[in-house]
Amino acid sequence: MAASPLQISRAGGIGAATLVVALIAAALGAVAWRAEGEFSLGPADWAAVRFTLWQAFLSAVISVALAVPVARALARRRFVGRNVLIALLGAPFILPVIVAVLGILAVFGRGGWVNQLLGLWGIAPLSIYGLGGVLLAHVFFNLPLATRLILQGWQSIPAERFRLAAQLGLGPRTVFQVLEWPVLIRVVPGALALIFVICLASFAVALTLGGGPRATTIELAIYQAFLFDFDLGRAAVLSLMQLGMAGGAAVLALWLVPQVSLTGGMGRSVRRWDAPKGALRWLDAALIGLAAGFLLVPLASVVLSGLPGIAALPAGVFRAAWSSVWVSGLSVCVLLALALPMAGWIGTSRHGGIEAAGLLGFAASPLMIGTGWFILIYPFAAPSSLALPVTALVNALMALPFALRILVPGMRDVVAAQGRLSAALGLRGWRLWLWVILPGVRPQIGFAAGLAAALSMGDLGVIALFADQDHATLPLQMYRLMGAYQMEAAAGAALLLIILAFGAFWMCDAWGRRGAVSE
Amino acid sequence: MKPIHLAAGVLAATVATTAQAQTPVLTVYTYDSFVSDWGPGPVIEKAFEEVCACDLQFVGTGDGAALLARIKLEGARSDADVVLGLDTNLTAAATETGLFAPHSVDVAYDVPMEWSDPNFVPFDWGYFAFVYNDGIEPPANFRDLADSDLTIVIQDPRSSTPGLGLLMWVKAAYGDEAPMIWADLADNIVTVTKGWTESYGLFLEGEADMALSYTTSPAYHLIAEEDATKKAAAFDEGHYLQVEVAGKLAASDQPELADRFLEFMVSDAFQSAIPTTNWMYPAVTPKDGLPEGFDTLITPETALLIPAEDAPALRDEALQEWLQALSR
Repeated sequence: MAASPLQISRAGGIGAATLVVALIAAALGAVAWRAEGEFSLGPADWAAVRFTLWQAFLSAVISVALAVPVARALARRRFVGRNVLIALLGAPFILPVIVAVLGILAVFGRGGWVNQLLGLWGIAPLSIYGLGGVLLAHVFFNLPLATRLILQGWQSIPAERFRLAAQLGLGPRTVFQVLEWPVLIRVVPGALALIFVICLASFAVALTLGGGPRATTIELAIYQAFLFDFDLGRAAVLSLMQLGMAGGAAVLALWLVPQVSLTGGMGRSVRRWDAPKGALRWLDAALIGLAAGFLLVPLASVVLSGLPGIAALPAGVFRAAWSSVWVSGLSVCVLLALALPMAGWIGTSRHGGIEAAGLLGFAASPLMIGTGWFILIYPFAAPSSLALPVTALVNALMALPFALRILVPGMRDVVAAQGRLSAALGLRGWRLWLWVILPGVRPQIGFAAGLAAALSMGDLGVIALFADQDHATLPLQMYRLMGAYQMEAAAGAALLLIILAFGAFWMCDAWGRRGAVSE
Repeated sequence: MKPIHLAAGVLAATVATTAQAQTPVLTVYTYDSFVSDWGPGPVIEKAFEEVCACDLQFVGTGDGAALLARIKLEGARSDADVVLGLDTNLTAAATETGLFAPHSVDVAYDVPMEWSDPNFVPFDWGYFAFVYNDGIEPPANFRDLADSDLTIVIQDPRSSTPGLGLLMWVKAAYGDEAPMIWADLADNIVTVTKGWTESYGLFLEGEADMALSYTTSPAYHLIAEEDATKKAAAFDEGHYLQVEVAGKLAASDQPELADRFLEFMVSDAFQSAIPTTNWMYPAVTPKDGLPEGFDTLITPETALLIPAEDAPALRDEALQEWLQALSR
């Protein structure tokens, strides 16, 4: 039996995956080629490896464990503002690190709202610095993402199944076992792997909230090797280790787990007859409320502190905002050109292991990619003239794992639902893409494009390595304002960034959902 | 009159375009905050271009350490003519690359140390200090700080220039006792951040009583925000000095222009921009003196500085001690 009845050409997918691996390998190769002398990893490096793995593992497990009940509650309840809330779930993820950290600290920090409340009852203030703080921040960043990914899985269960379950009089428990559990098994490992990889690359968050050098991650060691010691050999080895860990996690999560796909439904809207009434209803409400509060209160503090500054932003900020919008649009195009063929390939394969190639895009240190490509570009062109395209490319690579995680399950559903009919009609090539696949995964495309646009807008990434006076992006300009003591203007710039990033996300996501066949 | 004006305008425009096509370009690599709209870059570019008949182009590259890494990466092929923004912790490593050429600047510096480096010219300087909000009792030295309940936020010496400065400060003041000082300070340190920006942000948000910054930081708040509540704590061991320097690259294709830029750098036009854009002390005090507000700053009696040639070896030793003391 062929893996799939659908005749999606694999050439595009193989080409895109090869290109991604080649881009990363070329950068790594260039860095290693320029390395001189001997290098060895000391005990401090191994401590960093251990800490990195441990915090990434815990962050992934906690984020996903919390996301499952929240996504379940969101999946079976309908309430006013639900769509807005789901869209807002994308917001913490796209904040520049320093902004998010300040937002979290405004709530949970030493002088934060939580401690002020505790103070009213005479309770000694809590300190979040340490592993707890690192996890808190990582859950803040990743819980929304995990929730969206799991919710998306939940919504892929055809409406007919719930109708049937209701007719058979199945209770919530049985519905969970029969309908929901198989979906969870399908989406949870991928979400775990993705968040694990994101947290592997954490640097400023881990260090700042980790309270000191105990919270040293590999990414910090890479940064130190590149910029402070200029030890390219060590930087290359550390980058390779980081890639290895991410690759290992991806293979574990994606290769070993069976990629079952449900046979498709007719795409009518889901009504949940099984949603329990009474006390459980309040439990769902409480879950949604807590998750929303945890995410939105720090966000609100960022918005509030930005309001005084946004009215009087210097002109340079708007120039940078325009660069950011441009970079963001470009990186969405690059991303889709890479992600769609890859997702098509993975979606029609029995194993999802190829997705690991996409995860490498995030696991590769931006500093390594930036430096590697700097070495490669330098003999031929001034790197600063390519600052924005290189930034867009690196941002697209970073968004690739998200896009694949979002697109692949949708692709599998299209294959399951439309595969036989399309094959019978002999659809292939661009017609297949245009008439069957793209309309079928439109919500996923919208979500993935939105996430990529926002991620790219908020990312400081490699721009600082290449930028000159005229090529600053908005996050860089915001850092520059902070560096010039202008905290109020910086907070205003952060708010502008949130508005732009969230606006881009909302536009793409809404475009996807408007055309959604089901939901 | 009008036609003549018009003609003059057209003529001027033509001259300008031709001039642009032939004007030599001087490329100066510097740290990112120097070229930002709020840094000294734009003012200095305008002032130098008025006298040099050239096009001055600043290229920003992260911070001071990233600047040196960039130069090493580019080697002799670099487009840079001048590198501006290294400090004395980095000059020995920079000299070792062999990429820098001797300068010919000879002026009387107002830097609190004897300056004799043949390759690098200082353009500004400052003392590291802990900045606090009025209302707390500032400690008088590191031992005092370690004994107190005051909280501080500092920068990681592995990723930040001021962080490295603090490391050298404690080492210069306490030598072999430095590990003990760090061990005692451990419970005062709220957290360690990637760079100055994060630390100072946390301090302003009230996450710590003090942040490692400069003695000149209160001048910003006083002059730009009319806020007199920020102070720098005077430590009786002395304060560690950061001297920021520029140097000419040996492979520059504009060596004369680069020399002129270094001369210009210690002149009033450049130096008078420094205090209120870079918030540091000018290396040569302009003839109008320092801006009002700088007289309110603390002036340490002892300036500490580890000689540039000893800095790399001491840095590695101090970093190991720091890691051990704070990882416990």
